[in-house]
Amino acid sequence: MNDPLKRSHEPIFWLLFGAGGMLAAMLGAMLVFLLAFGVPSGLLPAEALSYTTMRDFAGNVFGKGFLFAVVALFFWHAVHRIFHSLHDIGIHAGLPARVLVYGTAAIGTLIAAAALLAIGF
Amino acid sequence: MKPQTKTVAVLRYRPEQDKEPFWQDYEVPFAEDTSVLAALNYIKDELDGTLSFRWSCRQAICGSCGLMIGGKPRLACKTFLRDFEGKVTVEALAHFPIERDLVVVMDDFIAKLERVKPWLMPREERAPEDGEYRQTPQEMSLYEQFAGCINCGLCYAACPQVGLNPNFLGPGAIALLHRYNLDSRDGGSEERMKLISAELGVFNCTAVGYCSAVCPKIVDPANAVNVNKMNSARDYFFRFLPRPAPKGGCQ
Ligand code: FES
Repeated sequence: MNDPLKRSHEPIFWLLFGAGGMLAAMLGAMLVFLLAFGVPSGLLPAEALSYTTMRDFAGNVFGKGFLFAVVALFFWHAVHRIFHSLHDIGIHAGLPARVLVYGTAAIGTLIAAAALLAIGF
Repeated sequence: MKPQTKTVAVLRYRPEQDKEPFWQDYEVPFAEDTSVLAALNYIKDELDGTLSFRWSCRQAICGSCGLMIGGKPRLACKTFLRDFEGKVTVEALAHFPIERDLVVVMDDFIAKLERVKPWLMPREERAPEDGEYRQTPQEMSLYEQFAGCINCGLCYAACPQVGLNPNFLGPGAIALLHRYNLDSRDGGSEERMKLISAELGVFNCTAVGYCSAVCPKIVDPANAVNVNKMNSARDYFFRFLPRPAPKGGCQ
């Protein structure tokens, strides 16, 4: 068994979780509204999310930063919550589940970074 | 006039004769002011002398009458029969091993309390002739709330993480730890940080908050635990930097 007095590495994941949670609380509902309802329902002009607008947005340094933070931190927030919820409902999946969920977030982070860099500046 | 009665269902367990706990019903007369503790005493005195339970002060001070009443962690002396429709169920505190009937084994809980070094470790030793360790009311107000704990164990029965991982230091012990860390006269924070940051420490908590909801003394252990997540995270990343000077306090 693990030594219960060993230092926990949880702060790394907890801080990513917390940062993602704060971002989700501030922006999550707004993003869902814009992307899923605002533009599709015609409340907002369709050009707001058009390919060229979004491409320009992703080409801008600040746009890139925003997109990266939103995608990556939401990922880390979600997987941490999923992992701990599994534990809460009695599925103590241990290390393999840890590797799977945090691995997913790490891959998501890398893909986001790669895609944003590929778009260029 | 015949007094009203209520059925009190008690989870009994007598290790020398019962294989497992079982429910036993008692009819108890009650009035507006009959507490669950008074009902248990009535059962013991009038109906069944074999029933075992702990109590002492009858006024939510000693912390010995913590039980699951109606399925929730509560103090028997602070809970009243009048507040329950129909039958009232009374069981030993969840997450503690049953010793007998409503009496639980507290050893692990007590060991956890001791583990956080719940005493003042003075920042600077003073000889008696140097005078007392002084503190302003403002400095006291920082930790006063956390000093209200009566070690009743309700927060341990409430905490789902204590139930899942018995190694977890738990809400009460961390609230006590926090009480000493916040004390301006104390210099033991760094030593206690090892526990907070360990596998058995604050990161077992998933911020459910039920511990604070059931506390009969309005202590907020969930706050103590979650504030210390930040302290621990700071320690994790900045532990190799020079330490800041210890917090201000008595001079
Ligand atoms: S009997 Fe002392 S707290 Fe209930």
